[in-house]
Amino acid sequence: MSESGSRSRSVQKLRGRQLSFVWKESRRFLSPVLLVLFWQIASAGGFVSARILPSPAQLAHTAWGLIKDGSLPTNLLVSLERASIGFGLALGIGVILALISGLSRLGEDIIDAPLQILRTLPALALAPLFILWFGIGEEPKILLVTLGALFPIYLNLHKGIRSIDPKFLEMSRTLGLSRSQIIREVVLPGALPDLLLGVRYALGVAWLMLVVAEQVNAESGIGHMMMDAEDFLRTDIILVGLIVYGLLGLISDWVVRTGERWLLAWQVDGGKRV
Amino acid sequence: MNTFFSEPENGEPRAVDTTRSVHVSGLTRRFGDGPAVLDHLSLDIPSGQFVALLGRSGSGKSTLLRTLSGLDSVEYGEVARPKAVSVVFQESRLLPWKRVWQNVVLGQKGPEGKERALQVLKEVGLLHRVEAWPLTLSGGEAQRVALARALVRNPSFLMLDEPFAALDALTRIHMQNLVLSLWRKHQCTALLVTHDVDEALVLADRVLVLEHGRIKVDLPVTLPRPRRHAHPVFEQLRSELLHALGVQNA
Repeated sequence: MSESGSRSRSVQKLRGRQLSFVWKESRRFLSPVLLVLFWQIASAGGFVSARILPSPAQLAHTAWGLIKDGSLPTNLLVSLERASIGFGLALGIGVILALISGLSRLGEDIIDAPLQILRTLPALALAPLFILWFGIGEEPKILLVTLGALFPIYLNLHKGIRSIDPKFLEMSRTLGLSRSQIIREVVLPGALPDLLLGVRYALGVAWLMLVVAEQVNAESGIGHMMMDAEDFLRTDIILVGLIVYGLLGLISDWVVRTGERWLLAWQVDGGKRV
Repeated sequence: MNTFFSEPENGEPRAVDTTRSVHVSGLTRRFGDGPAVLDHLSLDIPSGQFVALLGRSGSGKSTLLRTLSGLDSVEYGEVARPKAVSVVFQESRLLPWKRVWQNVVLGQKGPEGKERALQVLKEVGLLHRVEAWPLTLSGGEAQRVALARALVRNPSFLMLDEPFAALDALTRIHMQNLVLSLWRKHQCTALLVTHDVDEALVLADRVLVLEHGRIKVDLPVTLPRPRRHAHPVFEQLRSELLHALGVQNA
């Protein structure tokens, strides 16, 4: 009796916790939803000209049309491909450079200075140069993304490696760990939080670089779709493109944050878990 | 089996003997042009002895310990010690990204790692925390894991660098008893660096006081264990040590 009672109570408690979880997760979306609603009302009431700012309903219609005729998926795929290749290259190169300069003084002397100099250049200003160097194909767009995303990854990982607590390194030496063991067991996992932070920054920069690259000179991609729309005064298509960019940024950030929760379980739930 | 290391001059340690004892002779260490931190220090610790090292801040305790643990190289003098050495530091120094048992067998090879971790974690009474993340441990638990990490390597020479300094008084008493029973069981030579005269007298066979890089007092403690603070000999030893440390009217 009492057992079933306590069980139902615990089920209740669980349900209560689920509800409060749903509320916590959903209330963050409340104000954006209200804003969209307000926008729709303002458009329908004729307060905003449809040429300047089409209504959300109209945008949904346009988006659906773009999806149906295949132009949105095709362009999205092209953009995604450029972003992922560019970002992948940045991740690979950034991690390798940070490892070299983080793990050896000589490496730092050789690698760090030029990267710090390059970092101060506004990467977007390199777009015309990249077009001259690499033509108007895929290379300049991918490489611009790579260049932009490289620095956050390199800088954060380098800092992470350098700020490993020397007490851990001492401890590892007294335990007789070899250099490669120390790198594998202590340095890399210790620098992982910084690397992930760098990855999040880098993703943001990657999308930014992509937008510019695709608007300067492109035959396809979301940016190209938007530039085309400008010629035909299609505000709605431009806005759809903006929304797609925004969603891409949100989704990629969410992916990294989920990865963080899993990779840094020792840290995130440090105070709670077993 | 236990290879011994001795340092000639400026060199890597070399194997010279096969027991568990520790020999230091003429060890001198200075940083830059400052005064010698260790000044022609000589010390012999016979196999299996539990030695406590007292001394005020700056007396050279840490430098001696770092040299014995192999973190600092020997510049002048000779040091011979067993190869199998473990150090327990004041902070547990557990890697927060490895679970408790992974910390215990860090760097150990072999597939039966977890089995061995479980075995020593049982000895320190932490079987219920095997899978825990270190950040969730209390200070006492973390130090017990650090102790388990030291013991899993079957050290011939166990060094403890103020291991209980950051713990509360009750936990400290538990830890002292634990260290004593583990020392008996594993029959290793032990060197405990501490600020606490009572702790030294409760645990050690012999208490050293270090001053200006030399051993000022070398006091055998022959009281049977467990030792009581109220024992007259204990009292007498304590005031002797406090006097040596510069505390008057103790």
